[in-house]
Amino acid sequence: MTTSDAHKNSGIGKDMIVYVCLLALAGLQFVIAYQNLDPAQMLTRMLAVAFVEAGLAVLFFMHLWTEKRSFVVFVLVFTIFVLLTMQYGWTDSTRMVVGAPFSR
Amino acid sequence: MSQADLTMDGHPTGPIAGIERPFSIPTKKLAMWLFIIADTMTFAACLVAYGFVRNGSATWPRPFPSITNVASMTFILLTSSLTMLIGSRSANKGDKAGAFRWIMITALLGIAFAFLHLREWSELIDKGMTLFKNPWGDPLFGASFFSITGLHLTHVTAGVIALIVVGLRYKGGRYNADDIEVLGLYWHFVDLVWMFVVPLVYLLNLAH
Repeated sequence: MTTSDAHKNSGIGKDMIVYVCLLALAGLQFVIAYQNLDPAQMLTRMLAVAFVEAGLAVLFFMHLWTEKRSFVVFVLVFTIFVLLTMQYGWTDSTRMVVGAPFSR
Repeated sequence: MSQADLTMDGHPTGPIAGIERPFSIPTKKLAMWLFIIADTMTFAACLVAYGFVRNGSATWPRPFPSITNVASMTFILLTSSLTMLIGSRSANKGDKAGAFRWIMITALLGIAFAFLHLREWSELIDKGMTLFKNPWGDPLFGASFFSITGLHLTHVTAGVIALIVVGLRYKGGRYNADDIEVLGLYWHFVDLVWMFVVPLVYLLNLAH
């Protein structure tokens, strides 16, 4: 089995930088949690940070950055499409506050 | 394809050797990526369902008084990703002893994470939280909390077992550096999922 030469030859320095960035971003999520924001704003900001964290982890820790472009496109298009299709029911969840017995 | 058509590292030999692999990616690595994509859907479905019931509840509990425990768990898991990377790099360089040492450190960090998680569960259960009731509000909180964190903890536990088994077999010469890299993909994925569990399940439910 082979791995990309770019990954094999790169040093630990880049990994350390990504690790420190991930720690800082995780810390930022905790800071956001203690701000006086309404839940929707807080959720939006935390998820934005989480997606940046996930992007860094996938690209550099999981080395997707050094894979073939066709594979990157395959992973991203397939994953993003399915994740987006899961979002169709959110409006119904608001109705549950007054409509669903099991939420009481 | 029979087992005889594959080498130890999953490369085809014999009559199928000339067939191009999808995306030019080694078989085991592609299989792990496909598993990760499928598992992403599983966790995403759980988190979307969690968000759905949370959004639909007027009395969602906020039972976490402090971030100390979850911050410690996050630090441990992120650090374990770094140690896994160092282990994988050591394996690529042929440093067997170094790779084995870093893999075992990763496993220990995974055990520490699981210990903190179980301690947290124990405290919540002591306070009266079960799958179907809790003293703070919406009873669905217990079910969704234990489902999501339990699924993640199962992945961490499976990862720790895999780290120990693959590490020992790598040390014994049965596995090679590429097996370590494939296992690393799984471990980083477990870390990645935690990045979404923390804000959604913990930080949005802080009692302040």
